[in-house]
Amino acid sequence: MKLLFEKSVPGRRCDILGRCDVDYVPVPEGFGREEPLPLPELSEVDLSRHYTELNQRVHGVNCGFYPLGSCTMKYNPRIDEDMAALPGFTGIHPLAPESAVKGCREALDTAARYLREISGMDAMTFQPAAGAHGEFTGVLLIKQYHDSRGDTGRTKIIVPDSAHGTNPATAAMCGYQVVNVPSAPDGCVDIEALKAVLGDDTAGLMLTNPNTVGLFDENILEITRLVHQAGGLCYYDGANLNAVMGVVRPGDMGFDCIHMNLHKTFATPHGGGGPGAGAVGCKAFLAEFLPHSALAEEPGHIQVRAFHGNFLIVVRALTYLMSLGREGIPEAAQNAVLNANYLMERIKGTFRPAYDRVCMHEFVLDLSSYKKETGVSALDVAKSLIDYGMHPPTMYFPLIVHEALMLEPTETESKETLDWAAEIFRRLYDLGHTDPAYMHAAPHHAQIGRPDEVRASRNPVLRWEEA
Amino acid sequence: MNFPSELQYSRSHEWLRTEDGAAVVGISDYAQDSLGDVVFINLPQEGDEVQAGEPFGDIESVKAVSDLVSPVTGVVCAVNEALLDSPELVNQDPYDAWLIKVESVSGTEEMLDAAEYEAFCAQCGEEG
Repeated sequence: MKLLFEKSVPGRRCDILGRCDVDYVPVPEGFGREEPLPLPELSEVDLSRHYTELNQRVHGVNCGFYPLGSCTMKYNPRIDEDMAALPGFTGIHPLAPESAVKGCREALDTAARYLREISGMDAMTFQPAAGAHGEFTGVLLIKQYHDSRGDTGRTKIIVPDSAHGTNPATAAMCGYQVVNVPSAPDGCVDIEALKAVLGDDTAGLMLTNPNTVGLFDENILEITRLVHQAGGLCYYDGANLNAVMGVVRPGDMGFDCIHMNLHKTFATPHGGGGPGAGAVGCKAFLAEFLPHSALAEEPGHIQVRAFHGNFLIVVRALTYLMSLGREGIPEAAQNAVLNANYLMERIKGTFRPAYDRVCMHEFVLDLSSYKKETGVSALDVAKSLIDYGMHPPTMYFPLIVHEALMLEPTETESKETLDWAAEIFRRLYDLGHTDPAYMHAAPHHAQIGRPDEVRASRNPVLRWEEA
Repeated sequence: MNFPSELQYSRSHEWLRTEDGAAVVGISDYAQDSLGDVVFINLPQEGDEVQAGEPFGDIESVKAVSDLVSPVTGVVCAVNEALLDSPELVNQDPYDAWLIKVESVSGTEEMLDAAEYEAFCAQCGEEG
């Protein structure tokens, strides 16, 4: 399809802006452009059709099932959008006088209170822009804590080998040496391996629980105790909070600080590049290092972003929290876990779960023996699912499982959808045995077949240029 | 799958041979096959120190990014610059496409010979 720039017709206009109701101020001499900006010139109908065409080429939660493991692609209730669109929230400026933004302040304070309750933390900031930024902020808290005590010999952050890639990246960005601990055969932290790397140089541990293979680490209290005993702190990656929110609190598991992906767990449409919100919570002894807006009254503030971060994402999260309430939040978590287990049980007997035990909100299929039998890879199965109008699961992650497909159905899918999805998985399992060539060439009915990922990675073309 | 008998292998799937007093390091056929199409390789610079058992760079395929783990401790004396522009050479001939050469070698990881390594790979495959 053509880009907006290619659809441009000189002189075509789109009068969607109202008449300017203030005086024009001329740009000072020497600062104005000599030529107009090369922007596409289109009518409103051109624009509308362009975005509708784009919409038809993608798959969102509103189009169909989206079991993209580790991403929590739940349906996002419309009321969250409605509340975030209220003029009282959209028509404000962060420098408006305090008296004019009391409602916004109350929204922030209320959201912080609920999230402290859910996470088991004592203090909260909404400044970080999203998850990775939240991790960065959280690990800087750990660094500040050790530095403030003159404990400067702690140079290492421990990360399990099943972790999200952002964990070691965060630790490295904060100036730490990353120590990988291998997982035990059950996919959880290997306690003996952990003990072997703990020491005077341990700054902390980064962990998500349930972990990346969808299992709740039952040794969590022992793990956090061991890290604390060595003088390190424990960081909770909130990526998988959807499985336990309102049921068990990271603060009670022994974690000292946490980030939560508000856009993910608390229902903002995500996956399109933002905005997000990576709320960071911590225990009271770390609260003095927590960043906050320059508008806060205390001097000597620390900031990681302007003002209150992405405020409207917090409004969406607050709406979600208030809609579900104290009973609804844990019920959502329980349904997420139930749905994942139901789907895993329905698929069993065909594709093999990597860990055959009760899972949390997601599970991993191991297709390595299937690939050996049929030559059909996890990638082929993922591509074949597209033909059925299903978004593929996460592929080849976590790295500790070969030929991995990772499914996270989320709580917002019905039993009918899960039954349908399981049936398609079973059908594809059989198809791999009878017609593997067909699956190697899938998808057959999608608008986009198999993009040349290798060429795109080796020779990326990142900028459009006029032909 | 090819396991040349003149090479030594690490459990993290690097191969090692000695050439003019330097240790030459690459990744095995099994490693390149598991990774799939390699799209980017990040290597150290000449003069950098590497530690046996520690990462010295990373390799990115369409599937994933993996650490390159050094089988030896020493100082990098040559880097295969051709791989920076043509990472696919690792897929085409992993035993010709060496990654780094290391001199002043003071330590080596526990290495496997070709037969042991082939058995190790078979075991990796079965475990999934």
